[in-house]
Amino acid sequence: MKVLYPFVAVVALVLIAFIGASLPGGQYLFGVVFPILAFAIFLVGFINRIMNWGKSPVPFRIPTTCGQANSLPWIKQNKFDCPSTGFGVIVRMFLEIVLFRSLFRNTKAEMLDGPKIVYGATKWLWLFSLLFHYCFFVIVVRHLRFFTDPIPGFVQALEFGDGLLQVGTPVLYQSDVVFVIAILFLFLRRILLRQVNYISLPADYFPLFLILGIAITGILMRYFIRVDVVVIKELTAGLASFSPKVGDINPLFYAHLFLVSTLLVYFPFSKLMHLGGIFLSPTRNLANNSRMVRHENPWNNPNIKPHSYASYEDEFREFMAGADLPLDKPLEPAPEEKEEKAE
Amino acid sequence: MADTKVEQMSVNVVKEPSLMTGAVPTKDWMDVPAVFKPGNYCYPGKPSIMEYHNNHTLPGLFGEAREFAYEDEDWKLPENWKEIIINGIKERLDKFRSFKVYMDICVRCGACADKCHFFLGTGDPKNMPVLRAELLRSIYRNEFTKAGKMLGRLAGARELTIDVIKEWFMYFYQCTECRRCSVFCPYGIDTAEITMMGRELLHLLGINTNWIMEPAANSNRTGNHMGLQPHTFKQNAEFLLDDIEEVTGVRINSLNFNRKGAEVLFIIPSADVFAEPGIFTFMGYVVLFDHIGLDYTISTYSSEGGNFGLFTSNELMKKLNGKMYAEAKRLGVKWILGGECGHMWRVIHQYMDTMNGPTDNLEIPKSPLTGTVFDNAATTKMVHISEFTADLVHHNKLKIDKSRNDHRTVTFHDSCNPARAMGLLEEPRTVINAVCNNFYDMPENTIRESTFCCGSGTGLNTGEIMDIRMRGALPRANAVKYVKEKHGVNTLACVCAIDRATLTSMNEYWNPEVEVAGISELVGNALIMDGEKERESGLRFEPLAGTEG
Repeated sequence: MKVLYPFVAVVALVLIAFIGASLPGGQYLFGVVFPILAFAIFLVGFINRIMNWGKSPVPFRIPTTCGQANSLPWIKQNKFDCPSTGFGVIVRMFLEIVLFRSLFRNTKAEMLDGPKIVYGATKWLWLFSLLFHYCFFVIVVRHLRFFTDPIPGFVQALEFGDGLLQVGTPVLYQSDVVFVIAILFLFLRRILLRQVNYISLPADYFPLFLILGIAITGILMRYFIRVDVVVIKELTAGLASFSPKVGDINPLFYAHLFLVSTLLVYFPFSKLMHLGGIFLSPTRNLANNSRMVRHENPWNNPNIKPHSYASYEDEFREFMAGADLPLDKPLEPAPEEKEEKAE
Repeated sequence: MADTKVEQMSVNVVKEPSLMTGAVPTKDWMDVPAVFKPGNYCYPGKPSIMEYHNNHTLPGLFGEAREFAYEDEDWKLPENWKEIIINGIKERLDKFRSFKVYMDICVRCGACADKCHFFLGTGDPKNMPVLRAELLRSIYRNEFTKAGKMLGRLAGARELTIDVIKEWFMYFYQCTECRRCSVFCPYGIDTAEITMMGRELLHLLGINTNWIMEPAANSNRTGNHMGLQPHTFKQNAEFLLDDIEEVTGVRINSLNFNRKGAEVLFIIPSADVFAEPGIFTFMGYVVLFDHIGLDYTISTYSSEGGNFGLFTSNELMKKLNGKMYAEAKRLGVKWILGGECGHMWRVIHQYMDTMNGPTDNLEIPKSPLTGTVFDNAATTKMVHISEFTADLVHHNKLKIDKSRNDHRTVTFHDSCNPARAMGLLEEPRTVINAVCNNFYDMPENTIRESTFCCGSGTGLNTGEIMDIRMRGALPRANAVKYVKEKHGVNTLACVCAIDRATLTSMNEYWNPEVEVAGISELVGNALIMDGEKERESGLRFEPLAGTEG
């Protein structure tokens, strides 16, 4: 169920696009209205979510220190895994966001007879997530060619680099191949690793299938089924300038576009927001300097006060006097009380 | 001792079908309710203790004091328990960005799954940090997100029921807030934050454990979690001077209490004057301070470094911690020195100044012996004993005979909080290497930022849950065993009072023959005191190397 439902949902989306685009007015709906709407929802939703997170304060400075702290001058600090300055934090965040630093630490634990627990390094998740995200990024940037005229130099350079192997016509982009492999790896991992399988939700499979669907429809159009790129570009460039022209395009294109639209709408309401969230994670984006620089908590309650020394001494004064502990208020002989106690 | 014999446990952890050993549960985790049976939960706060909290610490945060048992069907929750929880979640989402972001961004990649000591030892799926968080996330989605409201279980949402509350209690008290998972999480999601929120929410319904609430009440009233009254605290500490005299031949006269005008206020975890092996650590402190002639005092009012509020709610943490600055001000000291305690140092390093600062009366800590200014404590004005001692060692201010620790082959347990919430890694090792000839670190996946919890932190070190504790301690014990077999390690050093108690139980169970020692005990053994006699034993009267015969 966890796997099947999301799969069926993505297949249904493809069919809806196929059928919808063939109905009168459908091409305009799927080619213009939905994409614009989806993009708007994505933008507003994304910004909203970030603003919503930002509204909640960070009451305490709670970095996870992953190395030696700034301490005595002769002790070497690990400046990037345990930063104490703004610059150190920027480097830490850069390593985290661009190179997936924490995932690189990953280990796999096994329980052997004894009992004996062994830990092996495992970099596969790190490698394939990195490949997945970078390919996705390259593919998105490459698609700028459909929205710009003239096509910017960096897009052309990226296309050239991506097709460096010069295989086939049209030239095969390595990112397309690696992307699909990476998605399949992430999918198979969810199915085959028992721990990951058990924690996975339909909401984990859905975006995988959705993105795979986008990749497959895109690849089909580029390498296998001829579509009229000139007409497509008329539409997409038109979308970018808010004057779209709908021509006669293969329904595969509408399926591709509809899946992309779905992804855009789904994004701000799902776990995909980790893209924005990582920037706001207090265990990563704060310097480990809370003993050095005061951190303010906006809702700190000044009315919470410790049990006072005065009342402590009041309760234990006699004992304290008896044990020669200094007193703030000397012990006064209270004969009546003493008598009472003697009883 | 644990309920299950170690021979049986050694087989169980490997052979019993669990997610750790290769079996896959047949039911979805949402369909598996928590079952309470003797040995898998801690007892609730006694009504008298909860009444004390409701009257004297923080009224309104701990629910109604009442008699009930966790094995009962009915936990006697208030009528509007659901509303209390939902409002409680809302309030905390608005107060803690960590909570809000961590509710939203987990992708369930599973990197955290086998990083938790409780998961490694129990194989219980809900001890995977990701699922521990999902216990709460599923309710958050149901109540606070559009996707959860529309799609329900497909989006990972579920209805809030009494069973959910029971499940929270089970698993938020099988987490020691050690933060190991947050080292490995690609987004830094910190299960400690989730567990803290979960426990705060449960407190609102009067769901708690006596093992935490009673020490917290004691800390408030008597100044320390043991409930030692001022005269007893002083007597306990002074009693140890006799032992020092017997071992060293030197009578120490510099120990003093509540003295105004001292330069330094020294705050320890109170177990250090109460129980073995903490008392040996205390002896080490006292010997060290006498050796260097430090002008210090110890307070009976602020006689607890540990903070049971951290295991309870941020409000109680603030209230208990407030004594430190209040007492420093009353005594007119210049700065504060803190003893060997793990979570105490999380509170001091990451919370104290924010909660109870700024201080207007203290000065930036400066070592009177070396002149070192502790700039890293410029605002908090509190220094860790390992930082202080490492500085002394570095400047050759101590007369040391390392051979007096030759009967010990030492390894070092990085306590969770100093390691992952402070970055205190080299200072303790510097001190150990200065006073011991035989030091070997455990394997790298089990130390420093990857260190394993003792398995009993955050108020779980009670005999009520021994099996779970020993399972949780297995990863740490296993690493100790490794260096024991490879290098003949017989001493597990640490800088944490909870560790001194819990690692002792752990070793008795998993690694008999390995003793636990605070670092300051090792320092005390090695220090050459003025006028001392020839030493034949260490501070715990154990024979030194070469003197056994």
